[in-house]
Amino acid sequence: MSATETGSAATGKSGDRTGAEPAWKRVADDQMRRGAFRRTLPVWGAAFVVLMIMPLLFSSAVGVTIMNQMGISIVFALSYNMLLGQGGMLSFGHAVYFGLGGFLSVHVMNYVEYDGWWLPLPLLPFVGGLFGLAFAVPIGSFSTRRAGTVFAMISLGVGELVAACSIIFVAFFGGEEGVSGDRTMGPPVFGSEFLSEVEVYYLIAGIVLVAALFMYLFSRTPAGRMANAVRDNEERAEFVGYSQRYVRFVSFCASGFFAGMAGGLFAINYEILTEENLNLVTSGWVLLMAFIGGVGFFVGPIVGAIVLTLLQTVLSNHTELWQLYVGILFVLTVMYAPRGLTGLVAMHGPALRTGRLGILARAYGAAVVPLLAFLAGVVLLLEMGNVANQSVVGESEAHVFGLTLDVSTVAPWLVALALAAGGGYALVRLAPRLRDAFARATGQAGAAS
Amino acid sequence: MVELVIFSLLNGLVTGLLLFMLSSGLTLIFSMMGVLNFAHASFYMLGAYFAYTISTYVGFWPGLIVAPLLVGLAGALVERYGLRHVHRHGHVAELIFTFGLAFLIEEIVQFFWGKATKDYSAPELLQFPLFTLYGQNFPAYKAFMILISVGIFIGLFTVLSRTRVGLIIQAAITHPHTVSNLGHNVPLVFMGVFGVGSALAGLAGVIAGPALGTFPGMAFVLGSIVFVVIVVGGLGSLPGAFVASLLIGWLQTFAIALDWSVSDLLDILGISFDSEHVLRDLWTLSLPQVAPILPYILLVLILIFRPRGLMGKRET
Repeated sequence: MSATETGSAATGKSGDRTGAEPAWKRVADDQMRRGAFRRTLPVWGAAFVVLMIMPLLFSSAVGVTIMNQMGISIVFALSYNMLLGQGGMLSFGHAVYFGLGGFLSVHVMNYVEYDGWWLPLPLLPFVGGLFGLAFAVPIGSFSTRRAGTVFAMISLGVGELVAACSIIFVAFFGGEEGVSGDRTMGPPVFGSEFLSEVEVYYLIAGIVLVAALFMYLFSRTPAGRMANAVRDNEERAEFVGYSQRYVRFVSFCASGFFAGMAGGLFAINYEILTEENLNLVTSGWVLLMAFIGGVGFFVGPIVGAIVLTLLQTVLSNHTELWQLYVGILFVLTVMYAPRGLTGLVAMHGPALRTGRLGILARAYGAAVVPLLAFLAGVVLLLEMGNVANQSVVGESEAHVFGLTLDVSTVAPWLVALALAAGGGYALVRLAPRLRDAFARATGQAGAAS
Repeated sequence: MVELVIFSLLNGLVTGLLLFMLSSGLTLIFSMMGVLNFAHASFYMLGAYFAYTISTYVGFWPGLIVAPLLVGLAGALVERYGLRHVHRHGHVAELIFTFGLAFLIEEIVQFFWGKATKDYSAPELLQFPLFTLYGQNFPAYKAFMILISVGIFIGLFTVLSRTRVGLIIQAAITHPHTVSNLGHNVPLVFMGVFGVGSALAGLAGVIAGPALGTFPGMAFVLGSIVFVVIVVGGLGSLPGAFVASLLIGWLQTFAIALDWSVSDLLDILGISFDSEHVLRDLWTLSLPQVAPILPYILLVLILIFRPRGLMGKRET
């Protein structure tokens, strides 16, 4: 890690023109040194075991459905991070490759059903990936000319273009109702026709593992390493003898392939694709997943995909304000934790290595109660405010944390306000002590950021 | 045909001038701070909602003044406490921040005003047809929109080219460090420009709300078109933004008005086709259908063939 940071500091001066290297871009390079792959093998083994036993732990239908969605999101978010985290390309139109890969996968599924094509279902995501690649090649050929703002604008334009096309070309995109298929019509694989959700889970889990492994390996090839170099300083990369445009193009195509794979998984799981799957909302959602998870780390997007899928599926059952919470979380992440949730955890690495985590644990312990009070107060205020704003006349009950509160009375408001203000005040008072504890634990002064 | 052309010209002018009110602020902010403000259209939406709420208490006219001021204040606060904080992480981080802000503002608007379209309408004073041509009415409110937009354009141009503040702004666009060394408070200038840009977007929202509808998706509808405008016009170029705004305004209105389709063309050429063919959607494609994608096609073409835009000085 320290090696990367010095490198970035040295290039910081030219950053004004080529875009400064922010902290969140720095990849945790410990794990990326030569020969380090063998050391990550236990991690892959553990991931395999976890994926295999998950359906035994969460065997309910809802659990399996959520895990399937997570798997799809993980592949999609990882493919997005090949652009943003590893290549420095901010895309607002990544759903294009996901959606087109998915749409074509459904069409292929229908060819299998009606025209007797021979294709075992586990190969379908790879077909989706090839279609994603097929679209990424022509689009990438002009959009990867520059990184930064220009790339972001082109991706937005292409994204809007394809989303608008999906409404016009009804024969291919199926108009408003989308295109649907049937995954069970292919030749059986190991006696399975993928009738049940659990069978689909194991298919998705296998593909997730394979895709993640290949994306990890890609990040360690010369192409992947040069993508990092171009991200950090494109001029220097050119002096080494690489065309920055070509390096970005290769990353872009690989990313399109894996996004198409995720689309293929989506087609298998839901058996339907609609215009929503390739519009700007989906493109924005993948940015949120990758960024909240942490784009500077390979596992960041995985964390983000898991957390946001949980928010999307579980939280949305409890409150209609869940997107507001996601929005707040995202803006706070961008402002105060630009390396994402993974970065927050990784921040404690030095303390862990020096065995000084105990100092931090005490400080955090003192902050837990005020923090919970503050969050509870804010959530109560928002939920009650929502009821007071939106509900029909006469209805004034807010359901929060299993409580039923009458928002037309003053008492719940006062309690919520007291919780938020008291918790907030205590947190502000505790902040210097936390900062001090963090500096002592990590053994460096002023390392709070 | 004549009335079609006249009304399309007028409607395109209304749309184009509205786009210019948004794109002028956006392009000024971009050329100064290098930030493409994704949330710019969200300020436009805030303007419409603020004005709606004000109009339910004291009517339309006070809202025309107060709402843009409130939006400008909100914009200045966002610059001071949000953007300036993210600035040290680079332009991509800033772009992500404004994207998150756009997402958040849409949720906040839904929190306070709900998902339904608000009944925000033009003042009664302006609810009459200004003139009638070939049996079609041209509403006075649209003329009012044109009037306001042109006034803003002239005002902006005068301030930028004739006043001291305008000169400092122009200097800060190209040489922020020199301006700072001369003793001007550049961060304050940035905050001011961001605030004024947001206020302009807010004003656009105030006058567009009654005409185009006040609903939580209104920022999304216009937002990406405004991006197209400033890229096509050339990033950082005010005249470019003006030309591109009008161009895209007319492009869209004419495409909707002229009901030509590919099959008409094929008929003229004497080619027939099978109505069950896989490409049947392509044969029957008509101009009104492709109207929403024309700006994006233009954007992609411009970015490929003329990356600095119509009137931009530097390559994007």
